[in-house]
Amino acid sequence: MSLTISAKFEIKHVQYLDPTGKPVTKSLPKIASDKEQVLAMYRMMTLVRTFDRKAIALQRTGQLGTYASCLGHEATHVGIGAAMKPEDAFFPMYREYGAQFMRGVKMEDVLLFWGGDERGNDFAGPRHDFPWCVPIATQYHHATGAAMAFKYRKEKRVAVSVIGDGGTSQGDFYESLNAAGAWNLPVVFVVANNQWAISVPLELQTSCETLAQKAIAGGFEGIQVDGNDILAMRDAMDTALAKARGGKGPTLIEAMTYRLSDHTTADDARRYRKEAEVKAAEKKEPMIRIRKYIMDKTWWTKKQEDELLETCAAQVDDAVKAYLETGKPPVESMFDHMFANMPQSLREQREMAIEESKHHG
Amino acid sequence: MANVTLIDAINMAMAWEMEHDDSVIVLGEDVGVNGGVFRATAGLQERFGSERVLDTPLAEALIAGVSIGMAAQGLKPIAEIQFSGFIYPAVDQMINHAGRLRSRTRGRLHVPMVLRAPSGGGIHAPEHHSESNEAFFAHMPGIRCVIPSSPSRAYGLLLAAIRDPDPVVFLEPTRMYRMNKQNVEDNGEALPLDTCFILKEGDDVTLVSWGAMIFETLKAAKELEAEGISCEVIDLATISPIDGETILESVEKTGRLVIVHEAPVSCGVGAEVAAIVADKGLFFLHAPIQRVGGYDTPMPLFKLEHDYMPSVNRITNAIRKTLET
Repeated sequence: MSLTISAKFEIKHVQYLDPTGKPVTKSLPKIASDKEQVLAMYRMMTLVRTFDRKAIALQRTGQLGTYASCLGHEATHVGIGAAMKPEDAFFPMYREYGAQFMRGVKMEDVLLFWGGDERGNDFAGPRHDFPWCVPIATQYHHATGAAMAFKYRKEKRVAVSVIGDGGTSQGDFYESLNAAGAWNLPVVFVVANNQWAISVPLELQTSCETLAQKAIAGGFEGIQVDGNDILAMRDAMDTALAKARGGKGPTLIEAMTYRLSDHTTADDARRYRKEAEVKAAEKKEPMIRIRKYIMDKTWWTKKQEDELLETCAAQVDDAVKAYLETGKPPVESMFDHMFANMPQSLREQREMAIEESKHHG
Repeated sequence: MANVTLIDAINMAMAWEMEHDDSVIVLGEDVGVNGGVFRATAGLQERFGSERVLDTPLAEALIAGVSIGMAAQGLKPIAEIQFSGFIYPAVDQMINHAGRLRSRTRGRLHVPMVLRAPSGGGIHAPEHHSESNEAFFAHMPGIRCVIPSSPSRAYGLLLAAIRDPDPVVFLEPTRMYRMNKQNVEDNGEALPLDTCFILKEGDDVTLVSWGAMIFETLKAAKELEAEGISCEVIDLATISPIDGETILESVEKTGRLVIVHEAPVSCGVGAEVAAIVADKGLFFLHAPIQRVGGYDTPMPLFKLEHDYMPSVNRITNAIRKTLET
C-alpha cells in the first residue's frame, strides 16, 4: 500500500493583547497605533455595555420583552462594525449591537425590536442591512446571496454575517460555506464562539479542535481570533474584508469569546454552568485589556473615563426615553407591508382588525 | 406566434425577461449546461452566460436562501427546485424569511424572487418526484403561490411572477410540460396574478381546479355536456391569495360547486375554496360542495399513481352527486 497525504491544514490563532492588556507580540497591527480609531472603538464598547445593562434593567422592570444580552461580546461585535464600510452589508443574528451601532442603527431601534415593535427593524442604519435573524444560521445564506449580487454587479462590497457556536451545527452553515467557496464570493463569515448555545456547551456541538477549521471543508481559510481582543478582532476583519474586496474570496473568522450573561433574560445560566467558570471568564473579558492598553499608551485618563461613562449613560437615557415614548404601532401596519399589491382577502382582514382594535384600545 | 409546449413557454418567459432586465438571474441544480432536468432552462446559459444562469451546489435551503439575499439586494432571482419532493428544505427560508422580510422591516427590504418547481404526478417518475405541495405554500403569509395550466398561462403568469416585487412560488404541472402545444405570442405580456381564469362558461355546476387536473376537469365537463349538463370550469391559477370573487360569482349563477385537485384532500387548497363559498355563498348553493382530491396517503410509486390521482370518472360522479338535489 502506498500512502500519501491528500490534504493538510492548520489554523492560525490571532491575539495581540493578553487579558491584562499587555501586548503578547512586538509586531502589533497598524490599527494598534491608530489612536483615534482605537479610542472610537473603546468608546463604542463602553456605550454598548452601558446600553446592555440598561436593556436588562428595562426587561426586569417589565418595560421590555425578552432581551438577548451581549455582555462579554463587545470586542467581537465592535471589531466587526468598525472594520466594515457603510456600503458593505451586514447579516447579524440577534446580539451584535456593537456592530450595528457602529453602522448607524440606533439604540432606540434595538429597544423597539425587543419591545415587540417591528419598526425597530426599519432602522436608520444602512438601509440594505438585514434585520436581526432569530432562526439559527439561516442568515448565512442571505449574506451569501448578497455577495452573489455584489459580485454579479462588480461592486466592491462585502457581505458580513455572524452566527454563534451553536449555529455551526446547522446545515445552512455548511451549505453557505460550501457555496461561497465554490463561487469565490466576497463574504466574511463570523462565528462568535461564546462557548454556550443556551445550555449546551461547545464540546457537545462538535469534537473539532476549532470551529475555524470548518472553513477547510468550504475550501477557504478559517482563522481563530481572540474575540475579546479588539485589536485582534479588528485586524482579522480588516484582513478578511480586504481579501474579499480584492476578489480573493471568503474567510471564516472564529471569534473566541464568552457569554457572561444568560442566553436571554428568559434564561437562567446558573442551572447549567458553574460559577467558577464564569468568574474565570470575567477576568478575560474585553474591556479590561483595551482600557489598560490605552491608559498605558497615555491616550486615556481617569477623567476621560468618568466623562465617557457619563456621556454614555445620558445617550442611553435619551434612547430609552424615545423608546418609552413611542406608542403602539397602528394595527393596520400588520397588513400594510405584507405585499406591494395587497390582495382583497387581506384588505378585508385589515378592516376587520381595525374595527376590532376599537374594542380593546 | 410560436406553437409551443408548456415547458417551452416557461423557457420563453424566462428568456424574454432576462433579455429585457439585467437583474434577472436563473439559478438551481443542473440549470446551466444541462438546461435543467426537464429542459426548462435549455439554452439560457449559452445565451446569457454563466454569471446569469448558475448551477448551484446541491442544496435546496441554499437555493432559496441565497435567492432571498440576492433579491433583497436588488436582483430578481428565478430559482429552480428540481423536483417538488425536494422542496421542503427550502420551506424554512420561504416561511421564515421570504414571506416575512417586507413585513418585519416595515417595507425597508423586500424579496422579488420566484421559486419554480415541477409539481404533481403522472409521468412515471421515481419516489419523491410527483408531490403536489401547494397547500404548504398557500398557508404561508407573504408568499404568492401560482400554478399554470396551459402554455399561454405559463408564459403570462411566469412573467407576472418574475415582475412581482414579492416572493412567488411557481409550481409547474409536470404532466402538462409536453402534453400539448398552443400558440403563444412571445411579446412579454404578463397575465394578472391573484385572478382566476374562466376556461369554460356553464350554468349548472362550477368546477374549480388547477394545474394538471384542469385536463381531467375539462374532460369531465365535456363528457357531461353530451348529457346536457353545463359546467363552468375555473382555473384557480393563483393558489394563494385566492380570487374568491370570481368563484362566488360563478357559484351564485350555478348553485353547485365541485373542487378538483391532485394534492391530498384533507387540508388541501380545496378546503379553503369550499370555506370561502360556505362563508360568503352558502345560500347560493343547491347542493353540498364536493371535493375530489388525492387520497391522504403519500403519492404512491408509479404503478398506482393513476389510482391515486382523481380520474374523470371520480369527477363526473362528484358532479352528478351535486345534481341529485
